Amino acid sequence: MLELIKNTIDFLSQPSISLTMILVAFPFVFPPTEKFDVWHRKLKLHKIWTKQGGLIGLVFITLYFFLGFTDEHFSLILKKPDNVPIIFIIYSVLFFLWLSMYQAYENDKRMAAGEPVAEYYPAKEKVLVWPDLVFIEFIALILMTVFLLIWSIALPAPLEQAANPTLSPNPAKAPWYFLGLQEMLVYFDPWIAGVLFPSLMILGLMAIPYFDRNKEGSGYYSFAQRRKSIFIFLYGWLVLWIFPIVVGTFFRGPNWNFFGPFEEWSVAKVVALSNVNLSDYIWVKMLRIGLPSNPLIRESVGIVFILAYFGVIPIVLARGKLRALLEKLGPIRYGLIVFLALAMMLLPIKMYLRWTLNLKYIIAIPEAFFNI
Amino acid sequence: MTDASATPTPSEAPAQEPEQDSAEPIERKSFLSWLSVGWIAFAAATGGFFTMMGRFMFPNVLFEPPQSFTIGFPDDFQIGVVDERFKDSRGIWVVRSYDGLYALSTVCTHLGCTPNWLITDNKFKCPCHGSGFRKSGINFEGPAPRPLERYKVTLTEDGQVFVDKSVKFQYEKGQWDLPGAILKV
Repeated sequence: MLELIKNTIDFLSQPSISLTMILVAFPFVFPPTEKFDVWHRKLKLHKIWTKQGGLIGLVFITLYFFLGFTDEHFSLILKKPDNVPIIFIIYSVLFFLWLSMYQAYENDKRMAAGEPVAEYYPAKEKVLVWPDLVFIEFIALILMTVFLLIWSIALPAPLEQAANPTLSPNPAKAPWYFLGLQEMLVYFDPWIAGVLFPSLMILGLMAIPYFDRNKEGSGYYSFAQRRKSIFIFLYGWLVLWIFPIVVGTFFRGPNWNFFGPFEEWSVAKVVALSNVNLSDYIWVKMLRIGLPSNPLIRESVGIVFILAYFGVIPIVLARGKLRALLEKLGPIRYGLIVFLALAMMLLPIKMYLRWTLNLKYIIAIPEAFFNI
Repeated sequence: MTDASATPTPSEAPAQEPEQDSAEPIERKSFLSWLSVGWIAFAAATGGFFTMMGRFMFPNVLFEPPQSFTIGFPDDFQIGVVDERFKDSRGIWVVRSYDGLYALSTVCTHLGCTPNWLITDNKFKCPCHGSGFRKSGINFEGPAPRPLERYKVTLTEDGQVFVDKSVKFQYEKGQWDLPGAILKV
């Protein structure tokens, strides 16, 4: 019975399956439109953001880790000092997600009933910075220091032998906070996954106040008033950042192969992944005439695909579904938002192309270090 | 600046008054010239600091292993075997195939980790992002965009194999057909 549960979890943890489940469930858990909200309530998913829902979630995650700590393979990964922060991260991310969603749903209920939000206070009420705030901060600071001291004594940082350029540890993992980027590097060229995407993330986050001029929800939690913005943000935060960190920490083993959490990390595991570029598919497999020597002609189909993806889709959307957004924000804001959203979609698209078609690069010009 | 925010009245800030009296007034002109002296000094110090830092990047002596070396006679290498003896010391794999003998770089072309030779799978596999290379150095799995680089191999006069790591041959540039990319033995 226990084996069956473990095997099922191993199977479901494969990124192709787990990402699909997350992507399908996402709009039902965080409904971006009223239509999804109807389903959200029909499926009783709004109960997640109540106290009972939070408690049940906590019990499930704790059971999962309990199962992990008693398993001979998973416990080796969980007990590794490097991975302890990821257990913290899972708990804290989900707790604060639950907390903010809980407050948002409470406020939505209050506002629907015509009451003021929970954060509302009469203008006369005051709390002093000193001593009320500073004191709490000071206590928090001391407790945090104590916690870090105990942690650093109990789980010392691993000291290994002197660096040797000819010996990469297997698997060679980045620090935990970079494992999401390392996971992207499996699917993209270094300059895209390591330079372009991180820059887009930072610039995109900085640009949010210029894109999102919705004054509703300012100073108080609310979900109903900001469905789409919260949906997009949580997609980026949970699916594109936290999910790859968890995958990279727990599910990537020797030779960077994928391993289920209860599977043994065996160096001998063989996964056949013959990856093929789009140009190989077209010129060699479909047309059977061999690769043209000129790289631009060779990669023309991929270049057209990428240009169409970033060039045509925004125009099509502007004439169709997103016409209202274009009229509200103007062409520059609209263009930037759609560009960033398309870039956010490129990661799962590329992942699926890799998993289904073994596609290596859509555009592959290794001569010029330009691969997408 | 409006009047409200300018000089406080004595009743508001009595403590500041005596200090202002004792300090010598600084003229606008001399203040500006002192300011520019200060900035120039600061810029010079910073510039000097970064110049020294830059100089630090070019040490007088570099302790590097030689880039060209002999690795033994061709008959020391079996056909079809990846020789790992020079991986740690020289950073090369020596492979002898039926066509000849070549020296592969041990640097993954994706992000520069050192792949491992998996003899059972007959491939080089990078532990960082899972790139895989065939015995020839051709990339076939994972994200590596191009094959492993080859180094120049020639024969010395006494018949030993001589590897020159300063000359490299890249497959995607069609350089594996050039003389030196593979040693016909």
